Amino acid sequence: MTELPNARTLRRSALFERWSLLGLVAPALLLITVTMLLPVGWLFYLSLLSDAGEFSLEHYQRMWEHPSYARTFWTTFQVSFLTTAICIVLGYPLSYFLSEIPKRAANLCMIAVLLPLWTSLLVRTYAWLVLLQRRGLVNNWGIELGLWEEPLALVHNLAGTLIGTVHVMLPFLVLPLYSAMRAIDRNYLRAAANLGASPLRSFWLVFFPLAMPGLVTGALIVFILCLGFYVTPAVLGGGKVIMVSSRIANDIEIFFNWGAASALGVVLLVLTVLLVLAAGRLVRMDGVLGGGGSK
Amino acid sequence: MSWLRSPATETQITHGGRLWLYVVAIMVMVLLVLPTLLVIPMSFSASQYLEFPPRQWSLRWYESYFNSASWMQATATSLKAGLMTAVFSTPLATMAAYGLHVSRSSHAKWLTMLLLAPMVVPVILIGIGVFYSYVKLKLVNSMLGLVLAHSMLAVPVVMLVVGSALRTYDMDQERVARSLGASPLRAFLLVTLPQIKFSVVTGAVLAFLTSFDEIIVSLFVSGGPNSTLTRNMFNALRDQVDPTIAAISTLIIAVTSLLLVFTQFAGRKKES
Repeated sequence: MTELPNARTLRRSALFERWSLLGLVAPALLLITVTMLLPVGWLFYLSLLSDAGEFSLEHYQRMWEHPSYARTFWTTFQVSFLTTAICIVLGYPLSYFLSEIPKRAANLCMIAVLLPLWTSLLVRTYAWLVLLQRRGLVNNWGIELGLWEEPLALVHNLAGTLIGTVHVMLPFLVLPLYSAMRAIDRNYLRAAANLGASPLRSFWLVFFPLAMPGLVTGALIVFILCLGFYVTPAVLGGGKVIMVSSRIANDIEIFFNWGAASALGVVLLVLTVLLVLAAGRLVRMDGVLGGGGSK
Repeated sequence: MSWLRSPATETQITHGGRLWLYVVAIMVMVLLVLPTLLVIPMSFSASQYLEFPPRQWSLRWYESYFNSASWMQATATSLKAGLMTAVFSTPLATMAAYGLHVSRSSHAKWLTMLLLAPMVVPVILIGIGVFYSYVKLKLVNSMLGLVLAHSMLAVPVVMLVVGSALRTYDMDQERVARSLGASPLRAFLLVTLPQIKFSVVTGAVLAFLTSFDEIIVSLFVSGGPNSTLTRNMFNALRDQVDPTIAAISTLIIAVTSLLLVFTQFAGRKKES
C-alpha cells in the first residue's frame, strides 16, 4: 500500500521541525558541555589518578583514613544542619505570619524577604563582618545595654558563620514555605474549629501537616545549598570553620593538590545529587524550580 | 487596645493572643533587611571603625575608591563581563527555552535537566574545573574565558524566566501566524517575541547580575588586568575590614536596586 505524497511530506516536515527545535537547544548545550560537563568530568578523572599518575583510589582512601577529612565533613554537616534548624525556627513564624495577613500587606512584607536575595552576597557578608567585629555595632550595643561586659568574639568562628549563613539562606526557606501556607484552604481550619478543636489543636492536626511539603522543600533547598557554600563561611569563619568547599579551595590555592581537591569535589557532588534526587522523590522539584524562577 | 481583643481569624484567636507571632515575624524581617541597610550610613563615616551612627560624616572612603586605579579597573572589568554575559547568554537561553517548550521530544526532559545542571553542581567544583581546563586552553585571566564561564552560570537563570513566560503564553497565536504563511522565524520574531519581551529583558538583567555578583569562578579564572570587583573585594575581606568596601557596597546596592526597579517599571508599562 503506497502512502499519499501529502502524508509523506507532512511526516518529513514534522521530522524537520523536531530536529530544528533540538538545534535551538544546541548552542546552550554546547556552552554548558564545554565549560561545565567536560571540566567536571576531567576532575573526576584526576581524582582517580595517584600522584605518580597511575590509576588508584588513594585520594578516596586518604579521605577515609585521615581524621582531618572526617572533621571537615563533620563541620560541613554541623553548619548545614544548624543553619537549616535555625532557618526553620525563624522562617516558620514569619511564613505563617505572612500567610495570615491580607495578600496586599503580605506582598509588601515580601520585599523584606526578597531584598536580601537581590543584594550582592558579598555585600551582605561584609555587612555582617562589620556589625559583628570586636568593635562592631552588635558588641557596642550589647555592652551599652549591659547584656555582656567584654566584647564577644562573634566573627571568625562558628557563631559568625552561622549568623551569616542563616541570613543568606532564610529567604530560600521562606519562599516555598509561604507559598505552601498561602495555598491552604482556610475552610479546613474553620471546620476544625467548628468541630470543637482548640486553635492549637487545629493548627497542629490540620495546618501543620498541610504546610509540611513546603517546609520539607525549603529545608532541603537550604541544606543542599549549605553543603556547597563557600563565600560566607570562608569570610565569617575566618579560616577556623573549614567546610568542604573551603578545603577544596585550600587544596588548590595552597597545596596545588588537584587529585585531593577533585576527590573531595566528587564526593560533594555525589552527596548533592543524592539529596536532590531524594528531594525529587519527596516533593515535586520542577514546580519549585519553575516557581523560583518566576519570582 | 480593643484591637488586641478583636478576633484575628474567624476562629477563636484574638490579635492579643497572636501578639508573639507579630513580634517574632517583624523581628525576623528587620533582621533580614537591616544589616545590609546599615552599611549605607556607615560608609559615610570618617572613622576607620565604621561607627553607627557616624560621629563625623565624610566621603573619604568614596574618595579612596574612585582614586584607586585597581578598584576602577576591577569595576570596569565587572561591568564589561556582566554586559557581555547578558548579551551572549540571553539569546542562547531564550532559544533553548523556546526549543524545549515547543519540542514534544521525549529527550526534552533530559535536556532541561542538563541545561539546569549549573544550578545544582556546587560552584566550587565548577570553579576549579573551569580553572583546570582554562590552564590547558590558556584562557586564565582572559575576558573571553570569564564571559564564557559566567554565561554558563547565567543560562539556567534566563531559561527559567523565559520558560515560565512561555508556559503562560498561548502558542496558538504563533500557529495562526504559521498557517497564514509566516516562516517559523518570522512567526517567532513578530508574534511570540513581542509578548515575552518583558521576561527576556528580566532574564538579561538577571544574567548581568549573575555575572556581576559571581565570586567563586571569578576567584579562580580572573586576575591581573581582568580581575573582577568581587574577586578584589573577597581578597580584601579575607585580610581585614577595609572601609572602602563599605563605599563600594553602597554603590552596588544603589546600582542593583535601580536596575531592578527599572525592570519592574518597564514591565508595568508594557502591561498597561
